[in-house]
Amino acid sequence: MDLKDLYRDVILDHNKRPRNFGALAPPAHPARGHNPLCGDQLTVYVELDGDVIRDVRFEGKGCAISVASASLMTEAVKGRRRADVATLFQHVHDLLTLQEAPVADDLGKLAALQGVREFPARVKCASLCWHTLNAALDGAAAPVSTE
Amino acid sequence: MSAHPAPREAAVPAALTPTEVERLRADFPVLAQRIHGHPLVYLDNGASAHRPTSVLDAERRYAEQMHSNVHRGVHTLSQRATDAFEGARERVRRFLNARSTKEIVFTRGTTESINLVAQAWGGANLRAGDEVVISWLEHHANIVPWQMACDRAGARLRVVPIDRRGELDLEAYRSMLGERTKLVAISHVSNALGTVNPVREIVAAAHARGIPVLLDGAQAVPHVRIDVQALDCDFYAFSGHKLYGPTGIGVLYGRESILEKTPPWQGGGDMILTVSFERTTYNQLPWKFEAGTPNMTGAVGLAAALDYVDGIGLERIAAWEHELLEHATAKLLAVPGLTIVGTAREKASLVSFVIDGVHPHDLGTILDQSGIAIRTGHHCAMPVMEFFDVPATARASFAFYNTKAEIDRLAAALHDARAMFA
Repeated sequence: MDLKDLYRDVILDHNKRPRNFGALAPPAHPARGHNPLCGDQLTVYVELDGDVIRDVRFEGKGCAISVASASLMTEAVKGRRRADVATLFQHVHDLLTLQEAPVADDLGKLAALQGVREFPARVKCASLCWHTLNAALDGAAAPVSTE
Repeated sequence: MSAHPAPREAAVPAALTPTEVERLRADFPVLAQRIHGHPLVYLDNGASAHRPTSVLDAERRYAEQMHSNVHRGVHTLSQRATDAFEGARERVRRFLNARSTKEIVFTRGTTESINLVAQAWGGANLRAGDEVVISWLEHHANIVPWQMACDRAGARLRVVPIDRRGELDLEAYRSMLGERTKLVAISHVSNALGTVNPVREIVAAAHARGIPVLLDGAQAVPHVRIDVQALDCDFYAFSGHKLYGPTGIGVLYGRESILEKTPPWQGGGDMILTVSFERTTYNQLPWKFEAGTPNMTGAVGLAAALDYVDGIGLERIAAWEHELLEHATAKLLAVPGLTIVGTAREKASLVSFVIDGVHPHDLGTILDQSGIAIRTGHHCAMPVMEFFDVPATARASFAFYNTKAEIDRLAAALHDARAMFA
């Protein structure tokens, strides 16, 4: 196993220059996510237009995997329907956790996270933003936790 | 009275030599392995240290030749198990220089030792309006039990502040002690920063007001010679597994006069003399605090670990570890963007640090790929992280079996990690 499998150039780039970074004002829905184990904290903001994610941004602190995953996620879900996002999340989840899972066609750049499944201790880093996005989409005000 | 060696400050002991360290490493089979193709560099001793062959052998010998339940049967094995277990207690008494084995209670570890005091002693002694004094440096195990005890009693937790070096503010500490203070509970050595606290001054200030003191010694016992009579503390808690012994065994030292007046905390077998449905009479010290079948294997292993450590000499271990600390401090400070968190003037052999642009969690993964084990995270000391405004740190904690060459490998890997994220 090579470190470059985990820290691919796309990951390093999105960690260093996260896309869609920053807050969104109301009526966007914020949701906070926290991984108490490593201290990762992030807030995901979504603004819906009917069933479509019109805009999405995030802010917070975390490791390279968690920041890059959130950055890639915002790029992937912007302009998508909620149902498509749910499918995409399932594919990301499989990518992160199933050793034999084929890389789904809709993943695009998110496929760069494939190396994470070789590092079980890091799966939560990559999935935190997705759980937080779901909470934001549900309009939930309470923080979600990976625990 | 004491047949104990002279205190550390009385003599300057020679540090272990690199040749001796190489020889001692052979006592630890776990160290001789490769991780991801590289020789293991184990720098997470503050979380848990490894066991030498003599400890593993002692545990096995107990299981193969002596095991049965203790304090029960008249048969030979039960007697052997009892002798081994109580022999281990005497070994711990000697290690701590306690007056009597009545003062040595076996527990699952430091956490359980502190919970015992918080629940049993705290339950009997804390009242509404009372105060318990802890510090900003504490491990969660010396915070949460006191929060729980204070919540039950309506008592208040007071927290001694620290400065940017990670040293306690002793002036603030003294000013906190008052009529309402019922107990001081403070770590001997901080697990997150390595600060060695001035425990004699802490105890003296509290005792001047008649306040008992508990010391959390989990991180101190592998590095500092402990003499509970010289320290004059009222409780001292530590774990076996940070001292090259097994997990699941720990010790609570308690001053006999205090333990005598403290009610039992868990009920069950072994802690009683007689039981009827109307009335139970409790056993004597220390068994009053040991309900149920204890961890005999663990106690025997701990005693073997104490033999091992004393065989080398804690003073010589401490002197070598100090060399490692100085070497590591210099090597790490040469890594661009690295900041050491915790720069107390008196430190045990660990370095907590952060690197600009590289999250500790990523560092942990990157170092592991080079076979280097360090701890990353909040170290069960979230208030310390908050004080230094970091979400987490990386921590390299050294044992006597570590070498300067291993620290050089750590430093080289940190340079590489930094380059990767540049």
